Amino acid sequence: MPREDFIAVDHFSFFYGPKQALYGIDMRIPERQVTALIGPSGCGKSTLLRNMNRMNDLIDGVRHQGDIRLNGNSLYDPKVEVISLRKRVGMVFQKYNPFAKSIYENVVFSLRVAGRNRKKELDEVVERSLRSAALWDEVKDRLHDSAFGLSGGQQQRLCIARAIANQPEILLMDEPCAALDPTATLKIEALIRELKEQFTIVIVTHNMEQATRCSDRTAFLYMGRLIEYGPTLEVFENPKQEETEAYISGRFS
Amino acid sequence: MPAKPSNFASTGRSRRGEPFVWLTAAGLAIGVLLTVGLLGLVVTKGLESFWPGRIEVWKVDREGTLETVAGYVVQERSRRAMDGSAHEEIQIFRGNGELYGEKFLYVDQAQIQETQQPEDLALIERLEGGLVIGRIQSIQLHDGATVEGTSSDFRKQLTQRIREASDRRDQLEDIEKDRIGRNAKEVKELRLKEKLSGTSPEITARLEALQTEFAQLDEQRTEIRQELEADHLVVESIDGRPLSLPVGELLHVFRPNEVGFFGRIGEMLRRIGSFLISDPREANTEGGVYPAIFGTVVMTLVMSLFVTPFGVIAAIYLREYAKQGPLVRAVRISVNNLAGVPSIVFGVFGLAFFIYFVGGVVDDWFFPTSEEPVFKSGGILWASLTLALLTVPVVIVATEEALAAVPRGVREAALACGASKWQAIQRVVLPASLPGILTGVILAMARGAGEVAPLMLVGVVKSAPDLPIDGTAPFIHAERQFMHLGFHIYDLGFQSPDSEAAKPMVFATTLLLITIVVVMNLSAIIIRNRLRKKYATSSF
Repeated sequence: MPREDFIAVDHFSFFYGPKQALYGIDMRIPERQVTALIGPSGCGKSTLLRNMNRMNDLIDGVRHQGDIRLNGNSLYDPKVEVISLRKRVGMVFQKYNPFAKSIYENVVFSLRVAGRNRKKELDEVVERSLRSAALWDEVKDRLHDSAFGLSGGQQQRLCIARAIANQPEILLMDEPCAALDPTATLKIEALIRELKEQFTIVIVTHNMEQATRCSDRTAFLYMGRLIEYGPTLEVFENPKQEETEAYISGRFS
Repeated sequence: MPAKPSNFASTGRSRRGEPFVWLTAAGLAIGVLLTVGLLGLVVTKGLESFWPGRIEVWKVDREGTLETVAGYVVQERSRRAMDGSAHEEIQIFRGNGELYGEKFLYVDQAQIQETQQPEDLALIERLEGGLVIGRIQSIQLHDGATVEGTSSDFRKQLTQRIREASDRRDQLEDIEKDRIGRNAKEVKELRLKEKLSGTSPEITARLEALQTEFAQLDEQRTEIRQELEADHLVVESIDGRPLSLPVGELLHVFRPNEVGFFGRIGEMLRRIGSFLISDPREANTEGGVYPAIFGTVVMTLVMSLFVTPFGVIAAIYLREYAKQGPLVRAVRISVNNLAGVPSIVFGVFGLAFFIYFVGGVVDDWFFPTSEEPVFKSGGILWASLTLALLTVPVVIVATEEALAAVPRGVREAALACGASKWQAIQRVVLPASLPGILTGVILAMARGAGEVAPLMLVGVVKSAPDLPIDGTAPFIHAERQFMHLGFHIYDLGFQSPDSEAAKPMVFATTLLLITIVVVMNLSAIIIRNRLRKKYATSSF
């Protein structure tokens, strides 16, 4: 039985130095569903996403209030090791960013850094991950070629394969199709719909149609506040808040 | 139909061009011209010094007496005499040092009566005394017999004898340097042992055996020397004076006036070859520069072995770990300024720190019994370390820039995969910045290979009898002094007793040093491009 509050954001505020980026966000993200975060640029949706694997720790002078819990465990518990947290939360970025390594080594990177080097295990992981990312048939004959030989869409799917190789519970996607052409975008969207069978997916997108096409729930953020959150169809067809309606009907962006 | 008037304003500027653009172009043009000019001079003069010109014979009227001179034209010049009259003079190289004293001669062109290029004149290279120009008459053998120059197989016999002499010289070197050297070393060690722990019958017996061996070697050596001096080549100079040259000292006989263009090319290649692979002779003004090439290349490679890890590690800490603030900024400025410190200062530091301090400690710990300093004197290890210190700012700056150029997304991706910061640097950031780091190493190598001033204090000498790597145990002699092409140029051009004779060598050595730097750089660039292909970052 999937949990309804798999990711629980509890009154979460976030500051970049003196500048407040998020204001008391409260949100429950259900297990094995796709949740889309939408909103105009600078509304804090990426900040929220990047807090779910504590990627924002890398920036100097940040602080937070409130808490985020994964499956009931606080992310900000002092006992949490960031590295083991990130093993449970995979991430795909806006611009595809494969490493300067072979396709094979890209996929097994998270296993290698965890010290898992058994060839049999790695081979299995490569095939499973690439199949999940719908890339296996395209690259199975050139696994040891450089990842940079792939097209943009293929590189992004490779990044997805890399993010799911270590079997995380959550997959965070920060505008995964922003740098891709429409065909590649459709492929990634189809992939997202498949992947939700196994993973809890949170996706940041600027593209309204994308949110309707592949998400189960949608959260609209505006100026650091959560304005509206609910099932996608409801949010888009029957927005309760004025700002939401203004945004999805294209009156501001 | 009249042309339609243009709708665009045609200002004076767009027709004449921007003056500042012209200025920048002129600046670049001057730079390019200077570089091309310098390289052109070095390449033409360097290659010219290998080119076998024709020997000419001049009949010169010197205040009534007719003198015959044979040789090459070195240069032409105009001279104004005391009475104000202008004279066009040529400078001639005529060799035969023992006959004329001076190997060079100025001749007033007005006094030249006649010029010829007789085919039978030969140019003879020998171990000592410089070039000989003259007509070969005969070979006088030790048993009193003579091989006349007119006999049909004379040239074959001469070549044969020169080759035999060369073999004998090799044997002699083997005996003198290798076997006698080993013998002497063992005697020294045994004597020391005797002094320290008292004598024993084994030591006495071994010493006696060594003494007998030495006597045998000495006898062999004397015998070979006698053989080398036994036969003589009789040559007559152009003005009819006889010269008797021991065949054992001859290196090469060439008749420049009887060969055609391709013969000359062949001779030129032979000269380049012997320049590259043979040892220097005659206070470096003749022979080759092999030890200097070897020293330069080995020193540069050892330097890069030290400077690369050191610079890269320092840059990683500075860029990735150190908290950016006033302190790190101060360190960065200091590193940049270190690149501007005069190189001789590094030489003084190397002498004081590496040689006197570190070398002194090493000698005290590991060679307490040695009478002469081992590491407490200039050597290739200390020279490489000094140059590594001199070039480390270059590597640090280049590495820092390369690290900073690695896209943020790649680092974040690595961290998002659960890598620790060090794992991300080691597995992702460093490989991606490798081409940039290599560029820094290339620059450091180029700088290091061309540096001379600091080396003079920390181990370069004008003549080093042994190479830093050779066949005697322990094969790598890091403490040995060495020769270096840059210092060789300085020494030949400005410290040589006969700077006129050394001039072609200076140009040839300069050309060679530039070539070596270019070759080392090119190979590093090729390696970098391979890596770049392998690790090409996508377009960010």
